[in-house]
Parts: sequence; C-alpha cells; structure tokens
Amino acid sequence: MNELTPPSFNPPSGAQVRAVHDAFHGDLLEVSMGPHHPSTHGVFRMMVTLDGETIVKLKPVFGYLHRNHEKLGENTTYLSSMPYTDRLDYLNSMTNNWAYALAVEKLAGQSVPERAEYLRVILAELTRLLNHTCLAGFLLQDCGASGTPLMYAFREREKILDLFEALSGSRMMCNYQRFGGCRVDPSPEWLTAAQSLTDGYGRFLDEYESLITQNEILMARTQGVGVLSPALAVSAGVTGPMLRATGVNYDLRKVDAYGFYPRFPFRVPLGDHGDTYDRYMIRILEMRESITILQQAFRTLPSGPIIDPKAKLRGFRPKPGEAYGRIEGPKGEIGFYLISDGSPNPYRYRVRPPSLVNLTILEDLCLGQTLADAVIILGSIDIVLGEVDR
Amino acid sequence: MSDTPAAAHPDIDQATRDELRRQGILLTSMEELYNWGRSHSVWPLQFGLACCAIEMIAASMAKFDIARFGSEVFRPSPRQADLLIVSGTVTKKMTPQVVRLWNQMPEPKYCIAMGACAISGGPFKQGYNVLKGIDRFIPVDIYIPGCPPRPEALLNGLLALQEKIRAQKLSGPDAPRHLRADDPCEYPVPEFGEHDLLPTKNPVLWQAPIIVRKE
Repeated sequence: MNELTPPSFNPPSGAQVRAVHDAFHGDLLEVSMGPHHPSTHGVFRMMVTLDGETIVKLKPVFGYLHRNHEKLGENTTYLSSMPYTDRLDYLNSMTNNWAYALAVEKLAGQSVPERAEYLRVILAELTRLLNHTCLAGFLLQDCGASGTPLMYAFREREKILDLFEALSGSRMMCNYQRFGGCRVDPSPEWLTAAQSLTDGYGRFLDEYESLITQNEILMARTQGVGVLSPALAVSAGVTGPMLRATGVNYDLRKVDAYGFYPRFPFRVPLGDHGDTYDRYMIRILEMRESITILQQAFRTLPSGPIIDPKAKLRGFRPKPGEAYGRIEGPKGEIGFYLISDGSPNPYRYRVRPPSLVNLTILEDLCLGQTLADAVIILGSIDIVLGEVDR
Repeated sequence: MSDTPAAAHPDIDQATRDELRRQGILLTSMEELYNWGRSHSVWPLQFGLACCAIEMIAASMAKFDIARFGSEVFRPSPRQADLLIVSGTVTKKMTPQVVRLWNQMPEPKYCIAMGACAISGGPFKQGYNVLKGIDRFIPVDIYIPGCPPRPEALLNGLLALQEKIRAQKLSGPDAPRHLRADDPCEYPVPEFGEHDLLPTKNPVLWQAPIIVRKE
C-alpha cells in the first residue's frame, strides 16, 4: 500500500454529512480582547462582536489603570502634582509638565523668562520626536514586523532619554518644568549633544523611511483601513495627528500660539484620506518639522535666567479663580483645568487627555474591518493607558 | 565561571573539584544541573501594566539586551511563561486578572514586583482604586524599587532571581512550593466588589506588619 495516500473519510452509510460552516452561519462571536493582550498597548479591553472575521460591534472597557490622578491632584499642593503629571502619558512627561505649568501660570498670572520658553520648546519637540518614533515602532510591531522596527525606534529613544536624564536626572519621569520657568539650566555640553542629536535625526528618519514607508506589506495593511472622516473627527473632538491626518488644519502651536512657537516658522503637515497610512505618514512628517523647529531654537537660544525670580514654589497659593492651560502634545491637545479657592490645593483639578478623546471614535473606525485591522487601528490612534484611565 | 554547576557531594571539596575540572571532569548533581539550566532561560510573560512596562520593553531592546541573560523570549500566553513581571500600578479592577494570570502559569514560576507601585502602591498609594502591593495576593520573589526602575535595575533583579533559582532544592523541607504537598499551587482570585476587593488580601501570604512602639 502506498503510504503517501491520504486516508479517505468514509461516512457510515446513512449518516448525514453537513458542511461545518452551515452550522455557524449567521452566528456572531463575542471576543474579549484584553486587558492582558499584547496588542492593546497596556491594560485596555475591547469587547468585540465578530461576524466571521468582520467586526460588527466594538465596546471599549476602560478603568484597569485608573489611578485616581485627579482626586490625588485635589489633595496635594500645586507643586506636588507636577510629578504626577509625568505619569499621565508616561512617554511624554515633558509636554505634560508644560501643560500643567501653563495652567498654573495662567491661574497665578506668572510670566516665564525667555530662555525658559526656549527650553520648553526644545524639550517639547524632543518629546515629540520620541513619541512619534516609538509610535512608528509599535505600529509596525502591531502589523507583525516584530523586532527590527521597534528596535530601531528604541535605539533613537534611548538617545533622547539620555539627554533627558542628563538634564533632569530621570529617564522617563522628568519633573522638569516649574511654575514660571524650568528647574535646571542645561550645560553647554548638553546643548551641543542635543544639537548633534537633532542634526543626525533626519538621517535616522531617512533610513527608517527607506525601510518602512514604501513597504508593500505596510501599504496593503494600512491604506484604506480605519478611515476617519473630517466631520466625525471634528465633532468627536479628536485632536493632534489623528485630526490632521483627516486634512483638518488645526494645530494648537499655530492656533493658540503659546510659548515661543510664533517665532519659529514651520509647516503643519496634513493628510488626505484619514486612513491608518496617513496617520503613520503624518507622524513622520511632523518629526521632520520638529527637527526644523529644534534647529532654529538651538540657533537662537538666548541666555538669561531660567525661572522667574518672583516665582514662589513653596507656600504657593494662587488667588481664587479658574484657568485652563493647553498645549499641542504629541498625541493631541493636552489640557489642565484648575479651579482655585485660595488654598494650597486646587479645588478642582481636571485633565483633558488627548488619548481618551481620540479613543472614543475607535468603534467607528473598526466597524466593517477585520479583527487584525482593529489592532493596527488602535496602534495608529496612539493611546497610553495612563492617560486614558488616569 | 561562578555559575557552573557545583558538586553537591559533601566529601569532595572545592580544590578537588577544581582539579577534576581542569582534567575535564565535571562533577555535579542532578539538582544543580537542572537549576543551572533553567536559571538561564527564564521566559517572562509579555504583560505590561503601566509606566514600568515601557522600561521592561526598553530592557528587551538593543541597548540593554535582556537576551544576554536568556530572558528575551517574552511569551504572550501565561501557559508558556516562567516569570511574571508585575510592571506597574495594579488597580483593584486589575487585581483579579493579575491573580488569574498567575494561576494560569505553570510551575515552577516566579514573580518580580517591578517598581514602587507593584511593591506598595507607590506614589498612588493614597488612591482609592490602587492595590497597595501585589504581594497581598501572589507570592513575590524579587522586589525592584524605583519609579520606574531603570532597565539595569530590572536586569539586576533578573540576576538575583537566577541566583535564587540556582539555590533551590528539589527535595526536603526547603523544596519550592510546587514540590510540597501542603502548599497551594493556585491562589484565590479576589472579586472586584462594590467598595473594595473581596477579600482585601490573602492572609496566607500577607499580614499587616506589627509595629512595636518604644515606650
């Protein structure tokens, strides 16, 4: 007997043979993805209802990382909340610090010296480079390119983190901004190192793009996937690169003109289709604009004090009132809303997290897509659960 | 090499063993060979909770390269993992899932509490929704302080865990818990109740410290 012949299936006589798919036809399958799932970027949970492989319903479940950020903010002094803001969006502690400092400065009517404003711009743009690089790595990881893209991204991230550590003493939780300025003045060596990193970053982007951007698999997986319409994006309050990928020209650096951004000419890249590929490309283009901002800032960095000499850090009690400070964080509009009743603690402390607001449209993006696409759509939204759940 | 398997026989002293090794004869016991082997391939669970997870990922990347210590294989499934790195704040809503993951891991298994939050609640200890230390529900082998710990600290914790594995006995009163009949291999999973976890701790594992005040 030839052993290579596959065994044939002979149903017993009289038995009814039915194709398997008939039995399940029309049934919906409910899948709980998360909170422990490698692709949900933390402890996020999606209750997905599937018809075959197509998503017909998606219900996000939050709260697995709810760390009582706002309640703690109401029970600590204004300055003590600064380290907590590091842990909101733990990839971008510098921009969180800035938004919070901006809100308190509005509340107390403080001014910021020129050099500190420059340093804030420099550090915020370095943070943007860091965040977008990591996002590109994680997005490719979600597409299935495990290893290399994320390794390249983290190689660059480590260079930026080394700068942050040299400046603030901590890699991730920088706790660098203060009300009315910054905490420490960078040394000339630090500025030289940061400048050379900035000058070399374009080469890294070229290398990364030559590997990734025209990649056939990436284009097939992301083009036309998770299309967000400008009308929905605006009505849902989506901000940041998510919004600009749909073609809406809204960048707080231009709209609010906070800090010293009006002094630096730069372009705001806009997308055409609002799909996942556009969201990836927007980040790459924004990084290139960040490099030009950084180079201008390093060229024109003035000398002087880094903190307002009249700024009061201990025993800080702003007058009763309210203030909302917002900046264009790497993920979108990050804002802090504070109500003061004249005591050392804020009466109300509220965070407007870009990740949470951008996540609200997840179901609209995922309906009709396959389950594997939901993973990369979530990756392109760029969430950090510390900020979503707070 | 300090971590090569050592002979367990009490009659053979270190000098004799070294002499034998120079002659190409390696004396060891099954126990130490077994522990030596598995201490160098501890597979962690790919499980991130909060900020520390980013540093855990950084430790597995090129600069810190956890692969040098045999732990680069992050498994997404608890069934294939040896090590649970509790990397970040454990909230009360998340605690049942963490304990369930721990129960799903096969023995022998180890737990690293990475960061201040996993050890004690850390900066968020005052929060109403934050568990004040994962050691209230699962047994922790190594504590790594820091907020977040640097990747080097995680590597150091991993090396400390390897030391601990190499010192384990396979029989007798010092045997690890999965080889003892009296110890539970599964730990009760708390329930996310209306006001707090039910129960709020595992009394077998954790008791509130008794503070003795000087008169």
